[in-house]
Order: sequence, then C-alpha cells, then structure tokens
Amino acid sequence: MPLLEISRLTHRFAGLCALSDFNFSMEPHELVGILGPNGAGKTTVFNLITGVYRASEGHIQFEGREMVGLTPHQITRMGIARTFQNIRLFKELSVLDNVRIACYGRVAYTPLEALLHVGRFRAEENRITNQALDLLAIFKLDESAREKAKNLPYGMQRRLEIARALATGPKLLLLDEPAAGMNPNEILQLMEFIRWIRQTFSVTILLIEHQMRLVMGICERLVVLDFGATIAAGLPADIQANPKVLEAYLGEEVNP
Amino acid sequence: MAYIFQQALNALQLGSIYALIALGYTMVYGILTMINFAHGDLFMIGAFFCFLLAVHLKLSFVPTLLLSMLGVAGLGVIIERLAYKPLRNAPRVSAIITALGVGLFLENFTLALSPYPKHIPPLLENTTWILGTLSISSLQIIIILLSLVLMLILDFIVQHTKAGMAMRAISWDKTIVALMGVPVNKIISLTFAIGTGLGGAAGMLYGLAYPVIDPYMGIIIGWKAFICAVVGGIGNIRGAMIGGFILGAVEILVAAFFPSTFRDFVAFTLLLILLIVRPYGILGKPHPQKV
Amino acid sequence: MVFLKTAWHALKKRWHTLTDTRYFWPIFLMAGLAFCVAVDTFGFVDLYLQLILIYLGINIILTVSLNLINGYMGEFSVGHAGFMAVGAYVASLLTVHGLPAGVSVNFFFPLAILVGGVAAALVGFLVAIPSFKTRGDYLAIVTLAFCMIVKSVLENIDAVGGPRGLLGMEKLTTLPWVFFWTVLSLWVIRNLVYSNFGRGILSIREDEIASDLMSVNSRQVKIIAFVVSSFFAGIAGGLFAHALQFINPRMFDILKSTDVLIMVYLGGIASISGSIIGASIYTILLEILRPLGVWRMVLMPLMLVLLMIFRPHGIMGMREARLFTPLRDLATEKLWRQKKEGAPDATP
Repeated sequence: MPLLEISRLTHRFAGLCALSDFNFSMEPHELVGILGPNGAGKTTVFNLITGVYRASEGHIQFEGREMVGLTPHQITRMGIARTFQNIRLFKELSVLDNVRIACYGRVAYTPLEALLHVGRFRAEENRITNQALDLLAIFKLDESAREKAKNLPYGMQRRLEIARALATGPKLLLLDEPAAGMNPNEILQLMEFIRWIRQTFSVTILLIEHQMRLVMGICERLVVLDFGATIAAGLPADIQANPKVLEAYLGEEVNP
Repeated sequence: MAYIFQQALNALQLGSIYALIALGYTMVYGILTMINFAHGDLFMIGAFFCFLLAVHLKLSFVPTLLLSMLGVAGLGVIIERLAYKPLRNAPRVSAIITALGVGLFLENFTLALSPYPKHIPPLLENTTWILGTLSISSLQIIIILLSLVLMLILDFIVQHTKAGMAMRAISWDKTIVALMGVPVNKIISLTFAIGTGLGGAAGMLYGLAYPVIDPYMGIIIGWKAFICAVVGGIGNIRGAMIGGFILGAVEILVAAFFPSTFRDFVAFTLLLILLIVRPYGILGKPHPQKV
Repeated sequence: MVFLKTAWHALKKRWHTLTDTRYFWPIFLMAGLAFCVAVDTFGFVDLYLQLILIYLGINIILTVSLNLINGYMGEFSVGHAGFMAVGAYVASLLTVHGLPAGVSVNFFFPLAILVGGVAAALVGFLVAIPSFKTRGDYLAIVTLAFCMIVKSVLENIDAVGGPRGLLGMEKLTTLPWVFFWTVLSLWVIRNLVYSNFGRGILSIREDEIASDLMSVNSRQVKIIAFVVSSFFAGIAGGLFAHALQFINPRMFDILKSTDVLIMVYLGGIASISGSIIGASIYTILLEILRPLGVWRMVLMPLMLVLLMIFRPHGIMGMREARLFTPLRDLATEKLWRQKKEGAPDATP
C-alpha cells in the first residue's frame, strides 16, 4: 500500500485555482522532488497535505486514512512533519525548547499533573529532555541547547528546523526548499545530509526545491508543476530533457 | 411611526459622534497598526477645549469648532512624536500600553486641573420644530450634517489627494514607501492630526448635545468607538463609519424598548455575536498568512 | 567600576548557592507563613500596612494570572476584571447567604474562595472558545465585550445588589490567607509554564501555525491557559471582596482591567519575577505617592510611558529570575552531558 496517495487534489482561493487535479503517490522510503517555477503551487501541495488549507476537492490518503478535513496537529501526530520556505522557528525560545515542543503530542502526563509537578511529570520531562538532547547531539546542535533560536547562524537554524520536524517522529518528511540561500559546497553537504536522514530516521522524504544540482543529485523521481497543473512526472533524466519543463522555466524557444 | 422616526434621528446623532471617533481609531490603526487607546481621552480634551474657548474666550460656534479641532490635532501630533514614534519598531503591545498610559495621563491631568464637571453653554440657537408628535431640534440636524460633511471631507482627502494616497500606501508597507521618496513621518503626523482632529470635533459636538462634561467621559466612549471601528473592520474608513452608526442605532433602539440598564448589555452582546459571525468585521478582510 | 561588578557577581553567586539548596524554599515559605500568622495574631504591624500587604498579594495573583495570557501566550486580553468580578460575587454570596447551618464562617472561607475561583474558571472556559479563531485585536474586543457584559449583567440583577452592589462580607481575608493563595498561584503558574503545556503556550505566542504543525493542540493549550488564568483571577476577586467587605459592579470595569494590564507590562511580560515586581511597584508606589493626591495618577502613567519607551517588554520582560526556574531541568541536562562525556562520576 502506498504511504501517501493523493487523488484529484484541487484547491481554489477566491477564484484563483492554485492547484488543479493533482495526482501523486509515494511508497515508503522514497525520495521524491516537486519542481516548478515560483507560484506553481508547490507549497500549496505541502499546505494541503499538512492541513493548513482544506482542499476544495480531492483526497489525500496517508497509510490508507483520509487526511482532508483533519486539523494540522492531528495530521502531524499521524506522522507527517515539515519544514518551511522561510524558517519558522520559535525564535525567542531556546533550541532545546524548540525541539521539546515538537514532542507535545507524545507526552504522557495530564494538565493537572503539570500544574502540580506530580505523578508522571518528572519521569516524562526527563525522558523528553534526554530524547531532545540526543536528537540535538545527532545534528551537532547540543552545545547551543540553551541558546535562543534567533541567535543561531542561518545554517544552524535550518538544521534545527529539520531536527524539530524529526522530533515529531514522522514517517513522511516534507522539506520546503531546504537548500535556499546555500552555496554549491553547502548544497553538496546537504545532499549527503538528506540521504543520511532518510537512512537514520527511516523516513520517506518529499521535497520542494529549485536547485537543480540537489534535485538531480538525490531525487529518485520528480513531479513538475506550473500554474497549479502537473506538466511532467518521471525520472530526473527524462525531466531534464522535457521541452514542457524547459518552457515553464525558461520560456518558449525563439527560433534562431 | 413618528416614535420610530424620532429614535432614528437620535440614533443618527449618536451614531455620527461614534463614527467620528471610530474614524480616528481606524485611521491610526490603518497607518501604524497601532490602537491609540488615548483617542477617547483626546475626544474628552476636545470637549474641554470647547469649554475653555466658549466660556473663557467667549468665542462663537465656528471659531470654537475650528480651534478645538486644531488644538486636539496639535496635541495628537505632539503625543505621536513624543510617545509613539520611539515605539514604532517595538512590539505592538508595548505601544498599546503606552497609549493607555497617555490616556490615563490626560484623564488625570484634566481632573487635577478641573475637579468638578463643567457645563458647556449653548453655542447654537437651538430651535425645535414640531411636526405632529415629532420634535426635531436644529442642534440634532446640525450635528448630523456637520459629521457627514467632515466624513465626506475625510473620504475626499483619503481617496482623491496625494496625501491620502500616501496614507493608503503606508498602510501597506511603511519601509518601501519611504524608499520611494514619500515623507513617511510627515504623513503619519498628518494622519494623526486628521484622526484626532475628528475626535476633537466629536468631543465638541457631544458637549453641545449633552452639555455636562467631566474628565472621565472619554473612557467608556473611547472603548465603545474602538469596538465600532473593529466591527466595521479595523483599518477600513468606511467600515468605521458603518460601525459607528450601527452602535448608535443599537444603543438608541435598545434604550427605546428595554429598561435603560440593559442598554450596554444588549449592545455588547449583539456586537459580540456580530464579531463571532464575521470575525474580521463587516468590511474587514483577514490578513492571509503566507505559510 | 570593575570592583562593583565583581562584587555584584560574587554576591549573585553566593545567593544562587543559597537558593539552589533543597531546603531553601520550604524554609523560606514556612518562615513567611509563620510571620504572617504572627502578624495576624499579635498585631505588631500597623493595620494600614497589613492592608497594603493584602492588596499587594491580591495584585500579584492578578498580575501573574494575566501574564499567562498576555505575556506567555502573547494574546491581548482586557477582560481580567470580569473574571475577578465572577470570583468576588460568587465567594461573597456564599459567605453571606450560602453559609450552611452550624458551619463557622472562618472554616467556610477557603471553600467559598475556591468555588469563586472555579466559577471564574468555567467562565474562562467560555471565553477561551472565541480565541480559537480570532487573534490579536479581535480577541481584545471579545474580552473587552465580555468584561462589559459581566458588569452590565451584575448591574441588572437585583438579587446580587444591582448597581449598589453587595455588602456584609466579613473581614475574612487575613495576611496568612493572602500569603497562602499568592504563593499557590505563583507556584502553580510557574509549574505550568515549565511544563509541556507551558511550552505549548509559548509556541502559540511565537508562531501559532508552526506550533500546530509541530503537533501542539492549540485548542487544548488555549483552554488550559484561559481556565488557569481566570481561576486565579477569581480567587483574587474573592479575597478582594472579603478584604474590602463591599463590592459593586463599577469596581470591575475596564479601568480595573487596565490596572492589571499596566502591572503586567510594567513588571515584564512572560516572567514570574516580573509579575511580582510589577505588582509591587504599582501597589507600593501608588501608596507612597498618596500625599500627591490626584497628581499621583498623573505621574504614574508618565513614568509608565517612559518605561515603555526605554524598555518595551517591561522591567523583566521575557527573562526570569533564577529563583523561579526549576532546577531539575538544568540538572537533567547536566547529567546528560556528563553521560555524553563518559565522565566517571555520572551517577544520578
């Protein structure tokens, strides 16, 4: 059974059609990329999957369960996590707290126990703090655990965002332009990093990206959107040569 | 039938005053995304200026109106420069608290200087026309007409002048507009001047309609006018006018058919329901958050 | 200059070693309680001063509970006086009219206060619901309207005294009781803030959408915040009513909410120590400036405006005195680091 199955997904905003008839499916552990020029509807797909928007039409099935209509936090608890195009960390909170918040859904004490710091509170807090620190250590962020997220350099902030998403324990990880603002060297490191994440955390990865090197380098499969419609789908080599894709990015060819 | 018409007239009068005050809130919010909670107190200052000019300088209606408006406008600009400008980049809530502080300052300063309520002398000859069971006072008509004129002038300024265009532009993006050569600080001061000036005019008109004034009169009216601005859609000038008239109508109608102590309760419950049904106000639009 | 700095740091270190011990808080609190009981029984402190301390305690409870919504959660609620009114009226009605036969009113008092708090909490639950969809200025309106509606409703119910209010409460609010409730409110709210739900509250302030997407159930969090906040506002109301022995709706209007707002922003948002500082400065300063008469309310807002210009988050804005941060958190991290370095003395 495919991990994610999207059928006939359409979304309209006040007359404008942001996404039309999007069909897509993913098997576990795949690494797939969504491409397209700006405004093509890529982030809309992410927003629809994670429940930020409710789709006008269509279905999203995750592990066989219908996702359209669920609230974002319910969807996250089912195993889908994401990062954002513009970093959306909890800026004034510490690095450690950013990660601990992502464990919200998996904490086993009640509000009453929290108010009085009794019962399972102590044990659970210990568990979460240790888990969070372990995760931060893997991402080499544990030294700055008490630092405010806004004080970290850009590259570390991006790592923290991914760490935070992974702290929710997802099966599907959505990365929105993870290479934004990176130079070619950093992109090479990121490619390794993403492959390593897929292996270590055993997640399926769907990413949006503009940087061709990253996309061609690690994606097993691609889907290309333009103006909300799917214009191409398939292996990276095929997509590279697809005239419709070139036209979408570069415009129509002018006869010499 | 005549009773309803009478109440409609009362509602228009009260609504005009609320609308004038609500406009001041909405203009400042539109341009600075800041709720100037001292606005209600500037309304009160307008009434007190009117008192000073009419009683101590014995001026007549038109000079009093113009000077009161100018006085309050000037005070508004001073407050903006001294207290609000330093906080333009601070968290919004700090600016709101500062506004509350300025308001408290104005209330108690006026109280310290004038411990007893004051009485505004009639500045206009108030003739009452009787049509059957209907009694219309010329004062009411003048208040309604004057408010309409001021609102039309405001609408003209905002929609058809360069300064108005600058105001609307700044409410979209302050930084970029500055880069285009627009004197942002001057336009902001102008916005404050106009907004508070209207509030001052409202104060004087209110003082003429309900002649006893005291330093705390601005508090409740200020908060009520704020609700009007939000109900109409905060930041939206036409919305503020609509909101003002709605509250005026609701208050008068409720007082007409229910015991007067129920007035506030019913009025606020209705407004609350309106906001629950249309959370962004009647003419307001939600700011779509880009995720 | 350098000498002063090093001296200050040395002092701070001595202070921390003192407060970090396990017995600091129990001893400090028992001493405080004993002091309050002694004052109450033997009366060696001026009655006027006692009243100031009682009001101080009540203000601290109000400030820290509002700070939960406005500071930690980043909302703008101006309806706190409404919750206080509910607590005040319910507690007063219970002690004046609801006293079961044969029960001493002194014994009944804490129960009445508690019921007042629960009543306020139920109302707080209702107010939480509009907060799910509205934010910012619109929520301010909802809480404002709520505050005015509560006042209006109370003015219209003759059974609770209408506009003239309720009187006849006995002076049951004593310094020991105020001490108890103040400490309880500070402790419970601090606990909440340094827990999973507290982090949820903070994440809503920072970025509500991201928070939802990181598995935080924002509805649950908002309900918790509003219920806890209004519960303690209700407690403060009940204590207030039995200190003044007389309440009317006008005491709980928007001006009262504004007072609490000022204390929150004065002391510092999102800070327990800030709440104590803000409430203390406001209460005590107003008393000290009493000889100035009406001019003190001219001076006070002026100082507030100056403070906002130079320190927009308030005195302790977003910072916390180490005194109130739970040591267990830091200890867990320390242990983890020791384990990581494979230190030989990594025994818990």
